[in-house]
Amino acid sequence: MGSSIAASAAQPAKFEFLVREEEHVANGTLLGFWLYLMSDCLIFAALFATYGVLSQSYAGGPTGADLFDLPLVALNTSFLLVSSITYGFAMLQMQQGKLSGTMLWLGITGILGVGFLGLEIYEFYHLIQLDAGPQTSGFLSAFFALVGTHGLHVVFGILWLVILLVQLRMYGLTGANRRRLFCLSMFWHFLDVVWIGVFTIVYLMGSMS
Amino acid sequence: MTEQFDLAKLVFGRLTWDAIPLHDPILIATFAMVVIGGGSLVAALTHYKVWGYLWQEWITSIDHKRIGVMYMILGFVMLMRGFSDAILMRVHQAFAFGDSAGFLPPDHYDQIFTAHGVIMIFFVAMPFVVGLMNYIVPLQIGARDVAFPFLNNLSFWMTAAGAGLVMVSLFIGQFAKTGWLAYPPLSGILQSPGVGVDYYIWALQIAGVGTLLSGINLVVTIVKMRAPGMNMMKMPVFVWTSLCANVLIVAAFPVLTAVMGMLTLDRYLDFNFFTNDLGGNAMMYVNLIWIWGHPEVYILILPLFGVFSEIVATYSRKRLFGYSSMIYATVVITVLAYMVWLHHFFTMGSGATVNSFFGIATMIISIPTGAKLFNWLFTMYRGRIQFDVPMLWTIGFMITFIIGGMTGVLLAVPPVDFVLHNSLFLIAHFHNVIIGGVVFGTFAAVTYWYPKVTGYRLDPFWGKASFWCWFIGFYLAFMPLYLLGFMGVTRRMSRFDDPSLQIWFQVALCGALLVALGILCFIIQLYVSYKNRVALSDKTGDPWNGRTLEWSTSSPPPQYNFAFTPRVHDIDAWWQMKANGFVRPTDGFMPIHMPKNTAAGIVLAGISGAFGFAMIWHMWLVAGLAFVALLAAIIIHTFNYNREYYIPVEEVEKAETKFLAKQVELADTKFAAKQTEVII
Amino acid sequence: MSEQNQHSLDHHKEEGPHSTFSGYMIGFIASVILTVIPFSLVMTDVFSSQNMTIVIILSLALVQIVVHMIYFLHMNFHSEGGWNMLSLIFTLLLVFITLAGSLWVMYHMNVNMMPGMMDN
Repeated sequence: MGSSIAASAAQPAKFEFLVREEEHVANGTLLGFWLYLMSDCLIFAALFATYGVLSQSYAGGPTGADLFDLPLVALNTSFLLVSSITYGFAMLQMQQGKLSGTMLWLGITGILGVGFLGLEIYEFYHLIQLDAGPQTSGFLSAFFALVGTHGLHVVFGILWLVILLVQLRMYGLTGANRRRLFCLSMFWHFLDVVWIGVFTIVYLMGSMS
Repeated sequence: MTEQFDLAKLVFGRLTWDAIPLHDPILIATFAMVVIGGGSLVAALTHYKVWGYLWQEWITSIDHKRIGVMYMILGFVMLMRGFSDAILMRVHQAFAFGDSAGFLPPDHYDQIFTAHGVIMIFFVAMPFVVGLMNYIVPLQIGARDVAFPFLNNLSFWMTAAGAGLVMVSLFIGQFAKTGWLAYPPLSGILQSPGVGVDYYIWALQIAGVGTLLSGINLVVTIVKMRAPGMNMMKMPVFVWTSLCANVLIVAAFPVLTAVMGMLTLDRYLDFNFFTNDLGGNAMMYVNLIWIWGHPEVYILILPLFGVFSEIVATYSRKRLFGYSSMIYATVVITVLAYMVWLHHFFTMGSGATVNSFFGIATMIISIPTGAKLFNWLFTMYRGRIQFDVPMLWTIGFMITFIIGGMTGVLLAVPPVDFVLHNSLFLIAHFHNVIIGGVVFGTFAAVTYWYPKVTGYRLDPFWGKASFWCWFIGFYLAFMPLYLLGFMGVTRRMSRFDDPSLQIWFQVALCGALLVALGILCFIIQLYVSYKNRVALSDKTGDPWNGRTLEWSTSSPPPQYNFAFTPRVHDIDAWWQMKANGFVRPTDGFMPIHMPKNTAAGIVLAGISGAFGFAMIWHMWLVAGLAFVALLAAIIIHTFNYNREYYIPVEEVEKAETKFLAKQVELADTKFAAKQTEVII
Repeated sequence: MSEQNQHSLDHHKEEGPHSTFSGYMIGFIASVILTVIPFSLVMTDVFSSQNMTIVIILSLALVQIVVHMIYFLHMNFHSEGGWNMLSLIFTLLLVFITLAGSLWVMYHMNVNMMPGMMDN
C-alpha cells in the first residue's frame, strides 16, 4: 500500500476539494426499507428455526397430519399470490401516472389480503376449538407464533395500504407517495416470499408426518 | 361493588402499593437521592428558564450531533447506575464469608448482578457506541446528517425509554433475578411469576427497536451519503468499522426481538417454547439468544477498533499502516462473528463434534483481531508519537485487550471451558475485553473528539489521573478474579464459606474503589475543563492536526456541517487538503436544505414506554389504549409531508465568516504555525 | 416555501425499479405452477418416499422464491449500486446459518441431553 501523501504533495495538479453547486443527496428510503426487510427475514429465520426444532414436540397432542387442512391452505395461498399480482398491476398504473387505476388495484389487493386473514383467523379459531391451541404443545406454540407473526405482518400491511389510499386521495402520485408505494410493494411481495416458506415447511411437510 | 373492583383490576392490573419496596433501606435511600438530585436539577432548569431551549435544541432535534451527545449523556448516567451495582457487589462479596451474610439478601443480590449486566451492555456500552457513530460518521463522510434524521431521534428516545423502564423497576416492583440473559426455565412464568423478567423483556424490546432502526439508518448513510470521490476504499477506518458494526446490528437484533417475543408468549399466553414440559425446549432459548449475543459483542468492539485506528494514526503523525488489511480484517470479523456463538454454551451438551467446530471457529476469529493489533503497532513504529491522553487510553487498551483476548482463546478450548465455564475466570475475561476495549476506547474517543463537539479540549492532567486510576484499578479488580476462577469459584454467588478466598475479593474491592476514583477524576475533568474552556479552546477546528474530514469543520461544527460538500481524492481526505494548499472559500455560499425538528420521536417513545409499563403490570386497558395511541401517533406522523426547510444563505454566510475570522486571527501566531506543519 | 416543498416532492420521480406487465405475468404463472405441483405432490401422495417429496417441494419452494425475487421484487445486480443484492446474499447466508446451525446444534443437544424424548 505505502504512503502516497509524498507523491501527491509533489504533484503539481490542482485538486478540486469542494462541490460548489447545490448537492442533491440520493434518497435512501428504498435501500433503507430493503434493509428493514432483510432484518425481518431474520426474525422469520429465528421463528422457522424454532419451528424446525419443535416440529416433532407434540407432547402427546395432535400433529400436523391430524390438523392441517390443505385445501384451505391452498385457497389461502392463492389469495396471497393473486394479491401479489394485483399489487403489481397497481405499480404498473403508478408508472403510467394513473392515480385512479393505482388506487383501484391497491384496493383489490387489500380485499384479497383481508380474505387471506379471514381464512387464517377461521383456521386458528377452529384449531383452538379442537383443543389444538398454542398452549397444547411446543409444536403448536411454534406453529401459531410463526404463522401468526406472518399474519400480523399482513394486518399491518393492510393497515398501511388503507392509510396510503387515503394519502393518495389527498396528495396524488407525489414523489413521497411513490416511494411509499414502492416500499409497500416490497413489503407485500416479501410477505408472499415468506408464505412460500410457511406453506412448504409448515403445512406441506407438517401434513406428511 | 364487584364491578368497581373489576374496573380497578382492569386499569391497575397487578400494580398495588406493595410494589413500592418500603422494606429496603438501600432503595429508600437511593430514591431519596434521586428525588433530591432530580428535583434540584428540574428546579434549576426551571429557574434558568431553559426548558424551551432544551425542547427546541435538544429534545426535538434531528441533528445527528445533538443526538450523538444525548446518547453519550444517557450512557454516562447509566454508567453511574451500573457502576453503583458493581460497587455494591464488590463490597458485599468482600465481606460475605463464613458467619457474615453480607448486607444484601440473595434476592436483592440477584437483581443487582442482573441489572448490572443489562445496564452495562444495553444502556451504557450500546449508547456510547451508537452515540460516537452518530456524531462522527456523517462528518467523516462529508455528509450533512444521517439518511433518516427523524428515525435517528426516535431511536434515541426508544433507547432512553428502555433505560427509563429499568430505572423505574428500582422503585416500583423489582427487576429480574435471572442474570443478564434471562435463561428459561428460570425466566419462565412458573419460576419468575413476578414483574422482574417482564421489566427486562419490555425494556429490551423497546430499546431494541431503537437500535435496529439506528443500524439501518447508519448503513444507508454510509452507503448512500458519502461525499463525491469517497469510494469505499477511501473511507476512514472508523467509518468502515461503523458500517460493519451496523450491518451486525441489522443482522443480529431481529433474533433478539424474536427470542424475547417467544419468551413473552410463554409468560403471557402460556405458550410452550421454553417450558420444561409440553414439548418446550429451554436449550433453544440459549441457542437463539447467543446467535444474537455473540454478534452483539462485536457490535460493541468494532467501532472502538475504528476509534483506535484514527487515534493511532493521528498521534503517530503517520498514515495508518495496512489500510486494506484493516478493512479485510474487519469484514472477516463481521462474517465470522456469526459462526462462533456456541462457545458460550460448550457445557450445555452438544457433544464433541459440534463443540470442536465452534471451538476452532472461535480461535480463527482471533486472528484478524491480531492482525489489527500489528497494524496499530506498525503505525506507531517510526512515528513521532505524542502521548496525549487519547494515546494513553489506546496503549492501555492494547495491553489490556491482548490479555483479555488471550484468556478468550484459552476459553475457546472446550475441555478448558468445561472447567472454567461460569466461573469468575469467565467474568474476568469478558470484563477484560469489554473494559479494555469498549470503556477505554470510549474514554479515548471522548477525549479525542471532545474539542470538536464543544469547542474546547479536556484538561490533560485530570485525564491522565482518570486513566491511571482506571488502568490500575481495573487490574486490581479483575486479576484476582482470574485466580479465583482457576480455583473453581462460581459466578453469581452472593456468599462463600471458604475464608481463604476472602483476601482476593478484598483486593478486587480496592480495584473497584480505584475505578470509582477514576470516574470521579473524569467528572472533575469535565468541570475543570469547562471552567478553563477559554484557555483550552480550539479555534481552528483541528487541535490535533487530524487527518479526516471532521477536523475540517469548526469546533463545534455548524448545524449543516459543511457549507460546501467536500470532494475527496484519497484516504485521509483532510490531510490531503492541508497538504495541497486548501483555501476556505469566502463567498458563493448557498441556502442549505435541512430536515426540521420533530416531537414525534419523544412522543412515540413515551407512549411505547407507557405501553411497556402497562404490559409489565398487566394493566390491560391501559396497554390497549397505549397501543392504539401508538398506532395513531405513527399514522398521524406519516401525514406530515412537510419535514424540511432551507437554512437561509445569510445564516450560512454568518457562520462561515465567523469561523474564517478566527482562522485569520490565528494566522500569525506560533500555534497556527505548528498546526500547518505537515509531516509524513 | 411551498415551491421548494414541491421541488423536493417531485424531484425523484423516476427512482425505483421499472415494472412490466409481461414480467409480472411470467412471474405469476411460474409461481402458480410452482405452487400447484408441491400441493398436488403432497395431497395425492405421488411419491412413496417421503424424503423424495420433501426434497422436491423444498427445491420448488426455493425456485419460487427466486422467481418472486426476480419478477416481483425486481432483484438484480445493479439496483442501489449492487447493495440490494449484497445485502440479500448476506441475509440469506445468515438465514442459512441460523436455520442449519440451530437444527444441527439442537439435534445434538436433544440426543445427548434429552434421550428419552428423542423424536427425530
